[in-house]
Amino acid sequence: MDFIYSIIPPSILCQIFVGLSRTVILFIVSSGMSLILGVLRIPNVFHGSLYMIGAFLAYTITTVCAGSPFGFWLALIISPLVVALIGLAIERGLFQYLYESEHLMLILFTFAFSLVLGDIVKFIWGADYKSVPVPLIFQGFVSLFGGLPFPVYNLFLLAVGPIVAFFLWFLVNKTKIGKIAKAAAVDREMVGAVGINVSWVFAIVFVIGCLLAGLGGALMAPTISVTLGMDHTIIIEAFLIVIIGGLGNMWGALLGALIFGLTQSLGILLWPQFGIIFPYLAVVVVLLIRPTGILKSTW
Amino acid sequence: MLEVQKIHTYYGLSHILFDVSLKLSEGEVVGLLGRNGAGKSTTMRSIMGLSPPSQGSIIFKGKNVTAKKPYLLARDGMGYVPDDRRVFADLTVDDNLEIAFKRTRDWDKERVYKLFSPLTYMKTRRAGNLSGGEQQMLAIARALMNGPELLLLDEPTEGLAPLIVRDLENQILKLKEAGISILLSEQNVRSALKLIDRAYVIDEGVIRFEGTVAELEANEEVKAKYLMI
Repeated sequence: MDFIYSIIPPSILCQIFVGLSRTVILFIVSSGMSLILGVLRIPNVFHGSLYMIGAFLAYTITTVCAGSPFGFWLALIISPLVVALIGLAIERGLFQYLYESEHLMLILFTFAFSLVLGDIVKFIWGADYKSVPVPLIFQGFVSLFGGLPFPVYNLFLLAVGPIVAFFLWFLVNKTKIGKIAKAAAVDREMVGAVGINVSWVFAIVFVIGCLLAGLGGALMAPTISVTLGMDHTIIIEAFLIVIIGGLGNMWGALLGALIFGLTQSLGILLWPQFGIIFPYLAVVVVLLIRPTGILKSTW
Repeated sequence: MLEVQKIHTYYGLSHILFDVSLKLSEGEVVGLLGRNGAGKSTTMRSIMGLSPPSQGSIIFKGKNVTAKKPYLLARDGMGYVPDDRRVFADLTVDDNLEIAFKRTRDWDKERVYKLFSPLTYMKTRRAGNLSGGEQQMLAIARALMNGPELLLLDEPTEGLAPLIVRDLENQILKLKEAGISILLSEQNVRSALKLIDRAYVIDEGVIRFEGTVAELEANEEVKAKYLMI
């Protein structure tokens, strides 16, 4: 260990781990967005609202189940499912009729929806800050890297990331629905001509994307104060991540989230007052070098 | 099996097909011949429901299927092989066959690979990396997975080397033997004449000739004017 510390100081190592746990959330949210963008070609602006709803639902569920050790786990399962249901209702009720519209129309439409959902959240949960307790077993800190404290919950996030990534990899590459989605991303007309009801494939993909937004919100909830406006922060970050990674590319979303998460956490070490600008600088640098994103875009 | 009745098809404002009618009986292989841009592909797309006609009707197996959704037509037993093949480039050869809807048990991967044996050796290759001839085989194989009763084959020999064209002709003859009705559009008239029972000649979106192969062979005027042979 001492050898590693002589190259990378423990404070930086610790900050890298903080960045990685941030990466997990960013990856989960932006991979869902990238999936929808890649297959359905919808730049979904209300993806961030779904993330916010996921966080608020986690608050409600943990409040109802206060004192029970299962509250957090219940929130982790139910919030994404409810968010997925909302997604399904929006897709079947409205989106399925709009796939042929121009992108500008779709952006305006999804933006309008983000405002509507934002108001619904305000109506249901009010404008106050809410806090979701860190579940008992993940409370406290462990000492990593020469005794620097590291939140246990972040370790949990670091474990969740690879699980979600594996699940997505499996879904896209090993299941029939994933293969169909991959084909439909490029040529939806031909997928229809071989007898597949593309409309339902799109609905399923959309729902999976929404599920990821809800999961991201529920996972994020214990680490921040849950409040209105968290949708806007995440949606800008998620869009940038998807763009620098390569539109519609799942691994691009992972790479983009890594760049974003790490520059954010290391930037704080470098220049504490202005740490926030580093991820955006990274985006500029990436786009100057590779304007279409790092990995191959499906567009 | 198939009856196209006086269809008119538009792309946006441009009128492409004018009063196109054609008939195809069960087990028949019918040619739709014409030059580039004559309206062959549009006729195919209209039948498959991809570019629905604005007038006229399409009767398939005795039912009016005009403007029915393509995926439903495929499930009814229509197979479509577009002229630009359009294999799913990001998927492997095997997955291209795997994801197609399976209507019957008549055709499965095993039977398809037997017919298009070269594909057997490239099951795990990305479809986008195949040669033109291989992609054409895959496009037909993919349409077969559905167990189609009617196959719409749009210019299968386009851009292929003569040797590959000959293989493909034999494979199409095997499909005919298997009892599949085929509407075959071709610019390559010499190749088509070996395969078809009857022919329609289309030019500028209008059917200019219909008749048996012998009648077409004898009609020098049609051959010279519309087919340039």
